[in-house]
Amino acid sequence: MTLDTIWVYAEATDGEVNSNTLELLSKARELADTVACVYAGDADDIVEAVGAYGAETVYSVDVEEALVGVPVAAAIAEAVEAGDGPDAILLGTTYDGRDVAARLSVKTDKTVISNCVDLEVDDGSLVCTAAIFGGATDIKTKFTGDGPFIAVVRPKSFPAESSDGGEADSEELDVPDLGSSAGAVVTDRFVEESDGPKLDEAGIVVAGGRGIGEAEKFSMVTDLAKALGGAAGASRAIVDAGWVPYSQQVGQTGKVVKPDVYIACGISGATQHLVGMKGSKNIIAINKDAEAPIFGIADLGIIGDVHKVMPLLLEALASR
Amino acid sequence: MVAMKVVVCVKQIPDPADPGALDPETRTLKRDVKLILDESDSYGVEMALQLVDAAGEGEVTLVSMVPNSERSGLATALAMGAASATLISDPELVGSDALTTAKLLAAAIKDQGADLIIAGSESSDGYTGTVPEQIAAVLDLPSVTAAKSIEVDGASISVQRQTDAGYDSVQCPLPAVISVTAGVVEPRYPSFKGIMAAKSKPVEEKTAADLGFDSDQVGWAGAGQEIVEVTEAPKREAGDIIEDDGEAHVKIVEFLENLKVI
Ligand SMILES: Cc1cc2nc3c(=O)[nH]c(=O)nc-3n(C[C@H](O)[C@H](O)[C@H](O)COP(=O)(O)OP(=O)(O)OC[C@H]3O[C@@H](n4cnc5c(N)ncnc54)[C@H](O)[C@@H]3O)c2cc1C
Ligand SMILES: Cc1cc2nc3c(=O)[nH]c(=O)nc-3n(C[C@H](O)[C@H](O)[C@H](O)COP(=O)(O)OP(=O)(O)OC[C@H]3O[C@@H](n4cnc5c(N)ncnc54)[C@H](O)[C@@H]3O)c2cc1C
Repeated sequence: MTLDTIWVYAEATDGEVNSNTLELLSKARELADTVACVYAGDADDIVEAVGAYGAETVYSVDVEEALVGVPVAAAIAEAVEAGDGPDAILLGTTYDGRDVAARLSVKTDKTVISNCVDLEVDDGSLVCTAAIFGGATDIKTKFTGDGPFIAVVRPKSFPAESSDGGEADSEELDVPDLGSSAGAVVTDRFVEESDGPKLDEAGIVVAGGRGIGEAEKFSMVTDLAKALGGAAGASRAIVDAGWVPYSQQVGQTGKVVKPDVYIACGISGATQHLVGMKGSKNIIAINKDAEAPIFGIADLGIIGDVHKVMPLLLEALASR
Repeated sequence: MVAMKVVVCVKQIPDPADPGALDPETRTLKRDVKLILDESDSYGVEMALQLVDAAGEGEVTLVSMVPNSERSGLATALAMGAASATLISDPELVGSDALTTAKLLAAAIKDQGADLIIAGSESSDGYTGTVPEQIAAVLDLPSVTAAKSIEVDGASISVQRQTDAGYDSVQCPLPAVISVTAGVVEPRYPSFKGIMAAKSKPVEEKTAADLGFDSDQVGWAGAGQEIVEVTEAPKREAGDIIEDDGEAHVKIVEFLENLKVI
């Protein structure tokens, strides 16, 4: 059994639709007869890309320079009120996705199920799986009331599979008067430059933690990543310490990665780190403490000093 | 100078180093352990104290919601320098979802005349990250989530908002709700004097009924979601663990070769 309609909150960076959105569309096709997108921007920019993943319509919302949460939720809530809303709305676990979900939940007085890693339809409702305790336990939570069901889904939960669909139609959703909740506007955007593959798309990720010792030594991590054609990641400990930017953080409050190979260097393996990387196909860990929890999930664990193993590894790779 | 009134939402949680377990009967986190101040909220408290300091005048007050009358997390935040607290405490609150939590917190905040309401961008235990924006929506206020820094400029604020790739500069009128990300300020350690002073700071306790909520609107009854299954996730088997004898890098190269990634 499937639902009638699912809307996916679509996000794009520089005109390119985020992989998270394509993953959600792919799953939504399985769960509902009709799939559409809601997008804060010009529908024309994404109709082709999301159409290829099964979206039939792009409902665009003109937010101008506003933060998206307030106007997008208000526009969706109007559609719901008018009886034109979907059975379920899926959003990615991003700051904007969470904002839209939260505002919409209050506008429609509906609960939100967050941090979902799997979804299934049951008896006209949606059942969401979330991983807790760093992935050791799965809980399934079901919406008990009427829809729309609002689910916030973690990136990389589903494979993105094209439906070979054609360009989606587009329709604009009106933004009603926002009253006293309006007013937060983006005045400028700063993007941290990085080269090489994107962290959440790279086939190989080399990540460093506090065991790297000091900020300057993080170059061992970036050099190894470069030598392997991969991306460099980090634990939160060294992001908070200011050694590397947040955009490189892997984990519960950072990126979710699922590369072919994840190499954890001087990372203890706290549950909040593991939820971001334990879906990796192969995990290599280098840690001097034989008791470090990271060894519990490593396919190859090296009990050793990163300052000895990593330079030798780099040399060995360079001489190949 | 204008006095700044900041309300900080602080969650009291089981120590994440020892997160406990789900109670198989009630399917909620077992909370019979002592609760502590969620580290995610220590940043909000610090940020609020710094803003009031910068304004030269004003005060920081706290709101927290728990199903029992646990106060030790509040005590930490009061010892850091907050002036007083409201504790929403009621056994009926067990099982409340994020939306209900936000409605109750908003009800306790509503009449405090706050210029700014600060929360953590996500808690350490539930981490839905939706509560702050839901509070803003209930109070019909603007909001900025995931703030790295806040600068007050008369009747509005400038915020650096964390993004995946960097940050956005955001301008927002006051009053507003802001959620702050972890690690952006260095939370102060409570001094001995602060700890002693905290003991006599006022903590007002309120039940759900005091805030105008019926028992069918809160807890499991009001949640709109139910847990239908709790299972152990499939375990990932550990593989080869070897001690480095100076040749471990060779093992790594072989491993990568076998995978044909090099
Ligand atoms: C709400 C919340 C959210 C969080 N989100 C995240 C998140 O998204 N991502 C994240 O990573 N963390 C997150 N954390 C933090 C997490 O709990 C850990 O504190 C963090 O992951 C630890 O980072 P680390 O492994 O680098 O440091 P540590 O735990 O200090 O580990 C350092 C490791 O390096 C090893 N080591 C030291 N020297 C050497 C050497 N010379 N050679 C080899 N090994 C060495 C040590 O044996 C140790 O195991 C979060 C925490 C909370 C409460
Ligand atoms: C493992 C787990 C999963 C859960 N999943 C969901 C879910 O999918 N959907 C759902 O609706 N509920 C869920 N809950 C219940 C939810 O955690 C509670 O309702 C909780 O009180 C608020 O949500 P949060 O901790 O996720 O808050 P977040 O939104 O992550 O918290 C952000 C900030 O809001 C403030 N805040 C949050 N709660 C309080 C409080 N009680 N007192 C004071 N300030 C507070 C704090 O400043 C905090 O830093 C879950 C709980 C657990 C333990």
